[in-house]
Amino acid sequence: MIAAAAFSLNPAADAQAMLAFDFMRNAFIAGSCIALASGLVGYFVVLRNQVFTTDALGHVAFTGGLGGLLIGVDLLAGLFASCVAVALLMGSLGGRGRGRDVAIGTVFAWVLGVGVLFLSLYTSAAGTNNSVVGISVLFGSIFGLQATQTLVAAVAGLAASGALLVVARPLLFVSLDPDVAVSRGVPVRLVAAVFMILVAITVAEAVQAVGALLVLGLMVTPAAIAQSLTSRPYLALAMSAAIATSAVWVGLTLAFWFPYPASFFITSIAFLGYLATRVAAFGSRS
Amino acid sequence: MIDQPGWDLLADLRLLLEFHFMQNALVVGTLVALLAGAVGYFVVLRGQSFAAHMLSQVGFPGAAAGVLLHVSPVIGLVVFCVVAALGISATGRNLDAGRRSESAAVGSILAFALGLGLLFFRLYRGSVQGVYGFLFGTILGITDRDVTVSLFATVVTLAVLAVIARPLIFASVDADVAEARGVPVRAVSITFLLLVALSVAVTVQVIGTLLIFALLVAPGAAALQLTARPWLGLTLTIALSLVFTWSGLAVAYFSGYPVGFFITSLAFASYGLIRMASFARARLIPA
Repeated sequence: MIAAAAFSLNPAADAQAMLAFDFMRNAFIAGSCIALASGLVGYFVVLRNQVFTTDALGHVAFTGGLGGLLIGVDLLAGLFASCVAVALLMGSLGGRGRGRDVAIGTVFAWVLGVGVLFLSLYTSAAGTNNSVVGISVLFGSIFGLQATQTLVAAVAGLAASGALLVVARPLLFVSLDPDVAVSRGVPVRLVAAVFMILVAITVAEAVQAVGALLVLGLMVTPAAIAQSLTSRPYLALAMSAAIATSAVWVGLTLAFWFPYPASFFITSIAFLGYLATRVAAFGSRS
Repeated sequence: MIDQPGWDLLADLRLLLEFHFMQNALVVGTLVALLAGAVGYFVVLRGQSFAAHMLSQVGFPGAAAGVLLHVSPVIGLVVFCVVAALGISATGRNLDAGRRSESAAVGSILAFALGLGLLFFRLYRGSVQGVYGFLFGTILGITDRDVTVSLFATVVTLAVLAVIARPLIFASVDADVAEARGVPVRAVSITFLLLVALSVAVTVQVIGTLLIFALLVAPGAAALQLTARPWLGLTLTIALSLVFTWSGLAVAYFSGYPVGFFITSLAFASYGLIRMASFARARLIPA
């Protein structure tokens, strides 16, 4: 990004140079909390096979965020409200068998189409050079976070992580064996609904870090790595959070020293990790 | 946008065709509709909508790479989409099976591909409008060379599709019987994925990577609700797709709002109406 000091081989001096900037401190604080929530919630997303729900929520976030701007409320408010509303709606429709991918896909292509309309309405209404807003929603703008946005991101990230850890036990039970969970008196529907809300909050968070289009890179890739490394659930949960957090830290650092987008670095590091574990798994099998 | 349209359809049409960019857009739009309709019908019939979705997203870094290397974005699109199609075929597994590890893999690849596209655009220092153009489609900026490449890709795709149409329908409806009857099922399905890749590469120019799903899948899904007869369904799909694209382009031209919004809205509205109609018929007229 804006490397004021030259890169040196002394990591302590580098870290000091990097954290001298307000926007870097904000990015690290918000990024860590977002990554923590993404890793934890993402583990259950992969475990419960809800990758496409997450992808779809990312699309909703784009339209919701721009819709929020258009009607004059905050971008963040639009993000959170639209994600939670759609997540609840999808949760209440529930799983009605296969063949829904066409219906879901058509709906979400349309949702994105509406987002494009909002973008063009907002850009032409504001008159000024506002068209960058769309790019920052699509691809993230973690270096552009203000102090309040950082605070909201940190609080929401920590709250989502905490809530997930509270429901982790019943959620794990419900995800692995729903029938037995029902007969043991676990409130399956309630747990699933709470989880959907947590997914929605985390997606809205992750949109700020890596953008609506790259949400899966932060929520699914670290969890997939963790799952291929261990089959023990709590260990995998912790690893998923750790991998997501390190991807964000390394990505932010690289993006500070090199003039390329942070969300590219974050998703690439996660993806390289994923490739490495897949190759290792393939090697050990043959 | 330029002049207001009136009730005189002929005058409106002349207004529409006034500018060269709009002529190019309409030519490519027509090619897109033909391709998306013909290929999309089989995509829905074979339940490969997810593979189509993945191929279209891979198109974004492809187009960006084409711009970065100073060749036409269509060429970048074609190369990336064809490589991705071969990759999907090489894994030998059905992407749409929806297994847990595979959907995680696909999700990871998608996020990485889109991130790569962002990097390419930054390297090129491309304009914001350029990014939007590839993500959501544009009716501006389709060059004469893009028209030529699109025309070539369309002719090749439709010709190959015409040759393999019969075995493809057979293999899609009943793969086991087709195999027993000596249809080369695997070769047919690989060829078909390559055709999907080529169509995506052409279609992205008008409707964009993110919205392509609507044009590729909605007409086919609507047609399959209406009729089970393959050739009639195919014709219906192409007709719907042409109507969506032409009206979307025309409305976008006169209103000045993005073409992707109008095409996806038309596709979504028709699909929704037909779904509701068939639902109502099933309820009201007991079999």
